Amino acid sequence: MNDMLRLVEPLIPALRRYARALVRDHAAADDLVQDCLERAVIHWEQRRSDNPRPWLFAILHNLAINQFRRATSRGVHVAIDETNEDTFGQEAEQEHKVMYRDVMAKLARLPHDQRAVLLLVGVEDLSYADAAKVLGVPIGTVMSRLARARERLHQELEGTADDQNSNIVQLRNKT
Amino acid sequence: MSNRPITEDDLHAFVDRALEPEREAEVSAYLEKHADVAERIAAYADERNLLRSALLPIAEEPLPPQLNLARMLESPRRRPSSLRWAIAAMLMLSIGGLGGWVIRGATQAPAGGLSALAQEASASYKVYASDRARPVELRDSTELVQWVSNRLHQPVKLPDLTKSGYRFMGGRVVPTEHGPAGMFMYDDDRGDRLVVLTRPMTTDQNGPMAPLSGGDVAGFSWADGGMGYSLVGPSAAETLRPIANEIRKQVQTI
Repeated sequence: MNDMLRLVEPLIPALRRYARALVRDHAAADDLVQDCLERAVIHWEQRRSDNPRPWLFAILHNLAINQFRRATSRGVHVAIDETNEDTFGQEAEQEHKVMYRDVMAKLARLPHDQRAVLLLVGVEDLSYADAAKVLGVPIGTVMSRLARARERLHQELEGTADDQNSNIVQLRNKT
Repeated sequence: MSNRPITEDDLHAFVDRALEPEREAEVSAYLEKHADVAERIAAYADERNLLRSALLPIAEEPLPPQLNLARMLESPRRRPSSLRWAIAAMLMLSIGGLGGWVIRGATQAPAGGLSALAQEASASYKVYASDRARPVELRDSTELVQWVSNRLHQPVKLPDLTKSGYRFMGGRVVPTEHGPAGMFMYDDDRGDRLVVLTRPMTTDQNGPMAPLSGGDVAGFSWADGGMGYSLVGPSAAETLRPIANEIRKQVQTI
C-alpha cells in the first residue's frame, strides 16, 4: 500500500480542483474527493492500469455525476451559480479576481458533461484517450463535446450566448 | 507537408498542444492563411489559460485533514496479501464467465460460505421485495435491530443508505440453512427495493467483496470479522457496487 500513497497523494490537489470546479460547493467537493479516496483505498488492487490518474478521475467523476443525478431527480436546487469568494487565492490581483470569477460563473452555465471535458482536457491535462475513459464515452464524443464546450464558453464570455440554442451551436469554418 | 485536410479535431488538439510537431506545423501554416479561424482558435487558447489560472489556487491550497490519505491507509482494514490475490483472481474469474462461475461456486463452495449467503439474500429479495402488501415485519429500526441482534446473538448495525438515495423500510428475521439472518429492506423514489441480508459466517469469516449476478437480480456479498453481508437489488451490478461499499464502511466494527 506504500506505492498507493506514493502514486495517489500527489494527485489529491488536482482531484480537489476538478471536484470543486465541477460541483462548485467547497464542502461537497471535498466530500466527493474523500469518498473517491476511500473507494480507491478499497479497490486499489483492482485497478486495471498502471497509471492511477485516469482511474481516480473516473471514480471521482462518477461520484459527482451520481450526485448531480440524485439532485436532479429530487428536484434539489444545486447552487452552482454562487461563486465562492475563497475559491481564488488572496494574492490574485483585483483585476484578475474579477476575470477569474467571471470565467468560473460562465463555466457554471455549461451543461455538466461539457464542463467535465473542458476541465479534464484543458485544466487537468488528461489525454483525449484518458478523458474518454473517465467519461465512459468514445474519443469522438470527447472531441465533439470539447468543441461544443469551447464554443459555448467563448460565447458566454463574449456575452453572445443564446440561452436556448447555445449548447447545440454548430461549428463551421467560414472559409 | 501532408495533404490531409485540417479538421476541427486538429484545431482543438492544437489548442491543447497535443499534436505531433509535423502536424502542428501544418495547422500553424493553415492558421496563418485563415485569419478568422486563427482568431477563434486564439480565443479558445486564451480562455483555456484563463480557466487554468482561475483554478490554479485550488490545487495550491493546503489539504484538509479529511483528505489525509496516509491516515485512510492506516485504518485497520488491510487484508493479508494472499487475500488480495484472491480478490484479483475472483475479479478476473467474474469478468471471464460470471454466470457459470457463480453457479459453480454455489454448488462447490463449502456450506455456509459467501456464495450460500448470496443465494439466501437473493431468495429473500425475490420473496419479500416483490411483496407489495407486507414486505417487512417491523418498520421500527430500534425494535428491528434489537430483534435481529437477539436472534443472531451479536450486535447488528443497521446501514443508513440515505446518502445513496435509499430509505429504510424495515426488515425481519429470515430463516436460512445456516440459522437465522437479519433482512433489511430499502427503497428509493422510484420504488426500487434493495435487500441487505446479514448473518454470522461459519466459513468465509472474512471474505472480499464478490459480485453476484444471476438472472434478474444483482448484488455483492462480503464478510468482515465473522459477519457476512449480502446486498441484492434489481439494478446493474455497477450501480450497486458503491452502495455495497458504503454498507461495508458503515457496518465495519473496527
